[in-house]
Parts: sequence; C-alpha cells; structure tokens
Amino acid sequence: MSTATHKPHLGWEVMLVAVLAAALVLGRSLSADFLTTSNIANLLADFTEIALMALPMTLIIIAADIDLSVASIMGMSSSLMGVLWHMGLPMPAVIVLCLVAGTLAGVFNGVVIVTFALPSLAVTIGTLALFRGVSYLLLGDQAIADFPTALTTFGISNVGDTFIPQPFVIVIVAAIGFTVLLQATAFGRSLYAIGSNQTAARFSGINVSRARLILYVVSGLMSALAGIIYTLRFSSARGDNGEGFELSVVAAVLFGGVSIFGGKGSLPGVLLSLVIIAVLKNALTLSDVSSEVLTIVTGVLLLSSVLVPNLVNRWRDARQQKALAAHA
Amino acid sequence: MSPSPLNLAPGTTPRLELRNARKNFGAVRALENGTLTLWPGEVHALLGENGAGKSTLVKILAGVHQPDGGELRVDGQPRQFARPSDAIDAGIAVIYQEPTLFPELSIAENIYMGRQPLDRFGRIRAETMQHAVQEMLASLGVNLQATQSVRGLSIADQQVVEIAKALSLNANVLIMDEPTAALSRPEVERLFAIAERLRAANVAILFITHRLEEVFRLAQRITIMRDGAAVHFAETHEMTHDSIVSRMVGRDLASYYPKAEVEPGEIALAVRRLTRRGVFKDISFTVRRGEIVALAGLVGAGRSEVARAIFGVDPVDSGDVQIKGKSLLLGDPAAAVRAGLALVPEDRRQQGLALDMSIAHNAALTVLKRLVHWGLISNQSERNLAQDWGRKLKLKAHSMDVPASTLSGGNQQKVVLGKWLATHPDVLIIDEPTRGIDVGAKAEVYQTLTELVKNGMAVLMISSELPEVLGMADRILVMNEGRLTADIPRAQADEARIMAAALGQSDPHSRSAA
Amino acid sequence: MKATHALPLARSAQRKTSAGDAAAMRWFIFLGRHRETTLVAVLLALIVATSLASPHFLNIQNARDVLLNVAIIAMLTAGMTVVMLMRHIDLSISSTVGLTAYSIGALFVAHPQMPIAVAVLAGVAMGAVAGSINGALVTFGRVPSLVATLSTLYIFRGIDYAWVHGGQINATSLPAAFQMIASGSVLGVPYLVVLALVVLAVTGYYLKHFRGGREFYAIGSNPEAANLAGIQVDRRVFKGFVISGALAGLAGVLWLARFGTVDASTAKGIELQVVAAAVVGSVAITGGIGNVWGATLGALLLGVINLSLVVLKVSPFWQLAIQGALIVLAIATDTLLARAIARWTMKKRDHGDD
Repeated sequence: MSTATHKPHLGWEVMLVAVLAAALVLGRSLSADFLTTSNIANLLADFTEIALMALPMTLIIIAADIDLSVASIMGMSSSLMGVLWHMGLPMPAVIVLCLVAGTLAGVFNGVVIVTFALPSLAVTIGTLALFRGVSYLLLGDQAIADFPTALTTFGISNVGDTFIPQPFVIVIVAAIGFTVLLQATAFGRSLYAIGSNQTAARFSGINVSRARLILYVVSGLMSALAGIIYTLRFSSARGDNGEGFELSVVAAVLFGGVSIFGGKGSLPGVLLSLVIIAVLKNALTLSDVSSEVLTIVTGVLLLSSVLVPNLVNRWRDARQQKALAAHA
Repeated sequence: MSPSPLNLAPGTTPRLELRNARKNFGAVRALENGTLTLWPGEVHALLGENGAGKSTLVKILAGVHQPDGGELRVDGQPRQFARPSDAIDAGIAVIYQEPTLFPELSIAENIYMGRQPLDRFGRIRAETMQHAVQEMLASLGVNLQATQSVRGLSIADQQVVEIAKALSLNANVLIMDEPTAALSRPEVERLFAIAERLRAANVAILFITHRLEEVFRLAQRITIMRDGAAVHFAETHEMTHDSIVSRMVGRDLASYYPKAEVEPGEIALAVRRLTRRGVFKDISFTVRRGEIVALAGLVGAGRSEVARAIFGVDPVDSGDVQIKGKSLLLGDPAAAVRAGLALVPEDRRQQGLALDMSIAHNAALTVLKRLVHWGLISNQSERNLAQDWGRKLKLKAHSMDVPASTLSGGNQQKVVLGKWLATHPDVLIIDEPTRGIDVGAKAEVYQTLTELVKNGMAVLMISSELPEVLGMADRILVMNEGRLTADIPRAQADEARIMAAALGQSDPHSRSAA
Repeated sequence: MKATHALPLARSAQRKTSAGDAAAMRWFIFLGRHRETTLVAVLLALIVATSLASPHFLNIQNARDVLLNVAIIAMLTAGMTVVMLMRHIDLSISSTVGLTAYSIGALFVAHPQMPIAVAVLAGVAMGAVAGSINGALVTFGRVPSLVATLSTLYIFRGIDYAWVHGGQINATSLPAAFQMIASGSVLGVPYLVVLALVVLAVTGYYLKHFRGGREFYAIGSNPEAANLAGIQVDRRVFKGFVISGALAGLAGVLWLARFGTVDASTAKGIELQVVAAAVVGSVAITGGIGNVWGATLGALLLGVINLSLVVLKVSPFWQLAIQGALIVLAIATDTLLARAIARWTMKKRDHGDD
C-alpha cells in the first residue's frame, strides 16, 4: 500500500511549477487580456475563499483526517452575517460573532470526531448537511445585500495601484502563517507524525487528541473568515454561499501533493496547486468555457495527482522485477 | 513422550518441496535460500530466530508472496502460486500467528469464506455450512456457536476458528506459524492432539515455534534457518537443545551476551499494585539503576500492557508508579517522558516509527521541544541529533533524510532506540528488543543495553526469547495471565523455572511472587 | 487526574449499578442487534405522530409521492451499500445519474420510436461503464476511492455541461409510454416503485445468499484476510463499483421518466443524500456491516421526514439540518453501541458473569 501511494516529495512540486508555467503560456495564448492587471486581480480574488479553507485543510489531511464541512461553515457564517447585520448590530460585533460561530462549529466537529473517536469522513458529511441546514434556517432563500459600502469596497478593490486585491492580503498573511506553522514548528512536525502513524505519534509522547481538536477548531475559524470575505466581495449574504466549495478545497489540497492517507505533502505544493487551478480557470473562462465545464479540469488534475505517480511506480516496479528475473 | 518415527514407503513423493527460493523486498533481502522438504505424515519443525526468513518462506508457500527465484513442487509437480487461492487449491492450509479473520462475520462464514457450499442455483447453503462448522467445533472440543460473530472471541478461540478453517480445507499440507504463542497449556494440548490426528492421516505439517520442548515432543525432523537461508537439516533425535540454539544463533552463546557485572544503585522505577481490569492485576516490582530486569511470560500474559500502562499510552484502573521516588501522572505519555521514562515498543513498525518520515524526523519526534529556537525547529540541530545517535548506535543508512521504511529491521530498531535515548531517560522500558532483526544487529543492541546500565540507567526488558532473558537479565520477573508469578535472581534462573512460572505454576522460591 | 484517586469512587459506583448495568446492557445489545427494528419503530412513530398532528398526512397521494421519491434514492443507496461494505465510497453517482438521464433523453429525442426496454438497458450499460471507470481507477490505478470518485464526480458532470450547453430535455420529447413508468401503476403502486422493489430485493438477496455478495462483506471487514482466504479482491472491488454504477444508470433512466425535464444540473448533490440514507440505515462507513434492507429503511425515513415537514408546514429549510443531525447521530449510535457491546462481551468472557 505504501509504495502504491508514494508521492515524490520534491519532485511533485517541481512538476507543479512546470504545470504552472504551461498554464500561464496557455492563458497568454488563449487571450490577450490574460496578463492585464485587472485580470490578474480577478484571478487572485477568485481564489481567496478556497485558499483560506485549503490552508487548514492541508494540515487536516496531512494529519490523516478530513473536514468536508468547511463550505457549509462558510455558508453558515455568511448567513449569520446577514442576519446579525439586519438585527442592527455594529459591523465589528457582527464579524466577531461570525468568527465565534465558525469556531464553535469547528469545536463541534472536533469533539464528535476526536472525543468519541468517530470516522471524520462520515461525521463531516453529516455536519456538511447540518451546518448548511443551519445556514438555510438562518436566511431561507433570502439574500441580504445592504452591507456598508466601506466594507464591500474593501472586498473588491486593490491595494494601492497594484494588482493585488485587498482581501488577498489576508490570504498572503494566512499562507505565511500556516506555512511556518506546518513546516517549521514542533506542532507542524507532530502533524506529519500523526498522519504517518498515529499510534507511533502517541507512543512518542505527542498529544494526538489535542492536536486533532485544534485542527478542526482552526478549520472552523478559517471557514468563517472565508464566509465573511465572500459575503463582502459579492456584497451578498445567502444561505447557499459557497455550496460545493468543499470539493474544490479538497481537490486543490490533493493536487498540491498531499496524500489522502496523511503524513505527506507540503503547503508550498498546495499554494502552487491553488494558483494553477486559478490560472487555468481564469484562462479558460476568458476563452468562454463555462465554469461548470471547468470542473473537468479540476477532476483531471485531482485524479492525475494520485494516478500518475502510482502508474509510474507500478511501471518502475515491473521493470525492476524484470531486471531481477533476467539477472537470475 | 517422543514423536513417532517417520516411516516412508519406498517410492513416496514428498508432499511439498521448496528449493533455493529467493525473495527481495526493495533493497532488503528477506529470503536468500529457502529450502524445505515435507513428507506425508511428518511434523516438520521450522526453527530460527526472528528475522531469519521463516515468515517469508511461509508466505511464499501460502501464495502471498511470489518468489524472485527458486523451485516449488507439490506432490512432485512443479507449481507457481500467483495468489493465495492457488495455494489453497493445491491443498496447502496456513494458520498464521495473528488470526486473519473477519470480525463482523459469523464463525461459519469465516471458515467457509470463498468456498461456501452452494445449491444448484448458486445460493449459499447456510444451514449445511453451519452444521458442518458446528460439528467441527464440537470435534475440536470447544463451546462455540457456528452462528456467533468472531468479534469478541478470545485469541485462543480465534485460533480455534483458524484451525477449523484449515481442517475444513482437507489440506494435505498444514502450516502452523507459531500457533502456540498465545495459548495456555490445555489449549496447546488440544492443538497437539489435532496435529497428531492429522499426521496419522498422512498430512504433512510444518510447525514453527520458539518453544524447543514442543519441537522435541512433536516433530520428526527439523530445518533451521538463519539470515534468510536454510542452514541445517536433521532428524530431531540427532539434535539437542544446545545444538539447535547454537545453529540458530550461529555462534557461541557466551560471547553473544556481553553481560557486565554492575552494582545496582538506587531504585529508579517502582511499580505498586498496578491494575487494569481484565488485563493485569496487582503488579508490583522495582528496577534499580544499573539493573536489567526482564519481564518474561507467554504472549498475551499482559507484559506489554503493563509497559504501556506505566508509560501512559494505556489506561489503568488503580495502582501507582514512581520514577526516582516521585509519583508519575498516569495516562499521559508526555508526563512520563518528562519524568525520565522511555518506552521502546514491541511493534516497531506500528508503534515505534512513522515509516514514511525521514530518519532525522523520526529521531527528533521525542525531543521536538528541545530542538525549537524562537518557536521554529532548527533543521541543523535535528540532523545533528540523528547523526549523533546514528554514530553511537552504528546505524547504517545512506543519509539521515531517507524514509525510515527503507532501513532493515535492525537499523529501524536503532532509530527507535536512538529516538528514546535522545531524551536521556533514567528508565528505559524496551519491549522485545531484538524481534525481527538480524544476528549482527542483535549483538549491537545487547552491547548498547550493557553500556546503558553501566552508565546507571535502569532497564526493564520484555522478551519472549528465553536465551536473551537468561543472557542479559539481572533479575527475571515472570507473568502469567495478568499476574506476576515469579521474581527470579540471575543466579537461580533457568529455562524450566521460567517456563513453569509462565505457565502459571507458582514458584516456591520466588522472593515476591504473589 | 490520578488513577489512584479515581479508583475507590469508580469501584463503588460499579458495584452499585452492576444489576442496572446488565439490564441496560441487554437493551443496548437488543438495539445493536436489531437496528432495522429500531428504524421501523422510529418510522412508525414518526408517521403516527405526523398524522395525529395533521390528519391530511395519511393519504394515497402522499404515500405515492414518498414512494416515488424514495424509490430512486433507495436504489442508489443499495449501490452505495455494496461499495461501502467494501470500505470504499462512490461519490460519483450523482453525476452518473445526471449524465445518463440526459443521454437517454437525448436518445429519445433522436429516436422517438426507441423501445422502452432498450432505453432502460442503455441507461444501465452507461452506468456500468461509468462504474467500471471508477473500479479500474481504484483497483488498477490504486487511487483511493474517495479521490477517484470525487474526480469522476467532477469529470462526468463537466462532460454533461460541455455537452448540454444550457439545453434541456422536456417531457414533451419523451414517449408517453416511457413516462408511464412513473405515472402508471399496478394495484395503486407505481411501476417505478415496483421496479425499484425488485432491484432492491435482488440486490439484498444477492448480498445475503451468494458467494459474491458475502465477499463484499469479507473485503470490507478485513481486506488482508480476504486475500488470504483466496478471494480475488481487486476483481471483486471492480465488480462492486460496476454494480454501483449500473444502479446509478438505472436510477438516471427512472429519474428521466419521473421528472420528464432534465438538464445538465440534474441530480446534483444527491450523493450526500444517498450516503446519509446508507449511514442512517446502519451501513458502516468503515466497511463490513450493513444490508440493503437497513439502507432502504434509512432512505425511507429521510423521505418521510421530508414529507412530514411539508405536511406540518415546517419550513423546508429544516430538511437539511435534520438530515445532517441524523447522520451524526446514526454514526455515533452505531459506533458507540458496537463498542459498548464489544467491551461488555469481552468483560463477560474474561470474568465470567460477575
């Protein structure tokens, strides 16, 4: 099993850089508008929410868990934002309460999964429905759009004269934070150990339950943040905001070279993967391919991230086997 | 009682012949020369230390592994097994050391999975199957229901299900890979009676065990393996206990265990009335600095469970543990590490290592907090740490950055040992220190243990290998079914006395036996 | 907390409640062994409660609606059961349903005279092809089923969109005889429901009484032991995915017959409903446990809940939240019950009945 799912660690990132270059060339050749600043701003803005949720998701999958409820928490926070704003609460309070709600949703996931030792896939499929349900209960099929202009402008304008959208600054800060956390701290290292062999991690004195619980809580918090930014960017709070995003998030993480069995992968890889997906989507959208058809690209990327290394390994093993037989 | 002699009619072909079988796993050579002949009506013992290649050989005969070379004949016909079902079709049944059952399914289904009796519409004849299994269980003398699910059965009962499965195959060759390791005396007797019955029916039986007295009782012939090769073949009556052991080990025993005389110091580990309901009860003992105390007993006696409970990865119901006179917070491995306790667990691959991670990362897992500067891990000090311990333990590896999975068993054990020695423990609990590692690496592990106690460490060594226990320990504690049954000083220890205590006979001369 | 301090308390509590414990345990074991009975009880209680609250609840039309809705989901759940028994998952079914529904619709547009049997068989065949792609990815490609079927979920749906391009098939392009599958009935039971019942019965029977069926359980229960028992695991897993795909194909055809109008987004997201139904029906996501009967009850329970909400004029927005809560509850109940029973039997074994 371990050889079958082996992913070349550095090799995959090099491959991703090559794919990114190819995607950029493709984008340039498909449309003259591709490299304009306004388009780059669009491109970056479009993956804000996916990126914010992919960061904690990377840590969760490396620890051999999964959280499919992220997009529902995101939707719930968006709905809650609309409701609270309509109730007349001041914006800072609204934002804080939304973040608290997301954190609590994460606590719920974490407690059910970690404390009762239940399978995370099944539980978060359940909370995917549950939190989305709460989101609909809060807002029904209404949309709330009258958010203060100061904030919605923040959602759609760039930093100074650059092509960097303001919300994207949050992504950059979060990406740096999560990368350092995962790649350079004791906590991050313990996540790899947990994902690689949970028993061995426990036998090494690592507090496995606490680490996993923290991950789900952080994931809830980040999803709520994504919900707030999404609401502001589109200046619309709706119950179905972000529906289906969880699959895009998981796809981006896995395409970034993280093993679904945990223990392998890195955040730089995932960040590259996010950029590649954003570039491809943008390039194809510019050439009038509908966003729904683009899901084929996501699917193929996701599949190839596991299938290609596996087939390469299989071919290499077969050749080795043959060489051995010839030798004997 | 000695085994009945093997009388072969002239012109009999062997049931099974394996010649020069080879098997590599990546760079690791698991089997170099697997050679074995089984005659109808014989019990043939396959002996060798852990890591000698016995399991690989068994898995080749079972069709689980495909050999890289060599020849296999069954009843004189050359055969190649591509998958386990080929071996089953060829009349070979295997009882593995660990039961391989389906916990969610009934006993009857477990026994007949893949070959259930069918009616003419292809439906499973469930009642026929249940009746057959019920009869089989009755003939084995166990009180189990064919329809009950396997989940919740004791290891011994699971082993019975495995035996029934093998019997139902009407196999010509029965392979038993350490079937007695977890069995109590009556259960062993029951198994032997069955084996004798099958032998009389001209079945060829391959019997793998670590208990030599069982070999002398049951087997007509012996094949001994060492370092992946069959090194000796003999009739049982030509061999003695000592000649078998020296051929298994490949050198003189005295030089093998570098036992040093160390004056024991103060008490480093004190365990008092430790109890976990249903697992072990009232365990009390002490280990002093400079002392190696062995914890012996049968598999399943609760030894590893005691170790895990002391270290805090398993819960306890009552009792307490003191390290250097201070009470230890139980149930928290991190606290145990802080208090100066280290546990090298029995199952290196499951409990000791994150196999996909590099050697350096594995070695650093226990001391991450110490390697952190300003909140960040220093890669340099991490690599230095691994290199340091690698040198001290004579670790053979291309670099500290390769995954632990690429190392041989012996070198993996050194990484686990290194990762724990890096915490500078006062008390080292080491569970099956040499399981599955080659002879050279074993000697190095023994050497390391000896040096550690010279420097004042207290070592609690759990081991199922009596020569190792007798060779290394200053004192031997023996457990049977969750209780301590003997505490034997080195000078008075011998194999018979340890085995008696392990089988639950109270030891009259013990100092503190309960 | 230190174990020594906790001990006396725990012990006395143990002694006091041991009689009550045994009685509670007997209940647990009953619930654990008869999850289907429990589901039936819950279902009946729900029906009785709703009809007491709203006398209009129990009528033919409602029953028909529930059965039609549940029939399609239940068929998909049966396929999911096969896959989940093997400790796998098939998320791509919703895309397969959508793609087949549209394809068969397009076939009818091109060949209005096409016999209905051909349409049904074509749908099943399409689904089987989709399933065999999943099966090949999982067995030959060694791609974890979650990743493989998540990818094909995207890819099949993307193909659907690329092809349909915003178009849709309307009921008017479908032969009346074809739509009779859903609207016509025998003894008051719609043909569609009869067909679904037959499929469910056959699948359930196969899983219980045939070697191939039992092998799905063996593989999910202990894949390594399944291999050692001589089961050709890869081949069996492949077949499991083909079954799941074929049932999704059939469900696609029936979807077309029931709703008449299909477009590229048909059946989007129903994979979660199906997983929910299976989990509520006690099919374990960890493999080896469950059956079609339970899964069908799970689907039925979810369907009746949805209708009850409508009848009781509760906001339909409750549907999803209740479904989610039920999933979490079902997993927790199943797992914790199984654990409690295992602990109890082990204790009993080790200590006799003390």
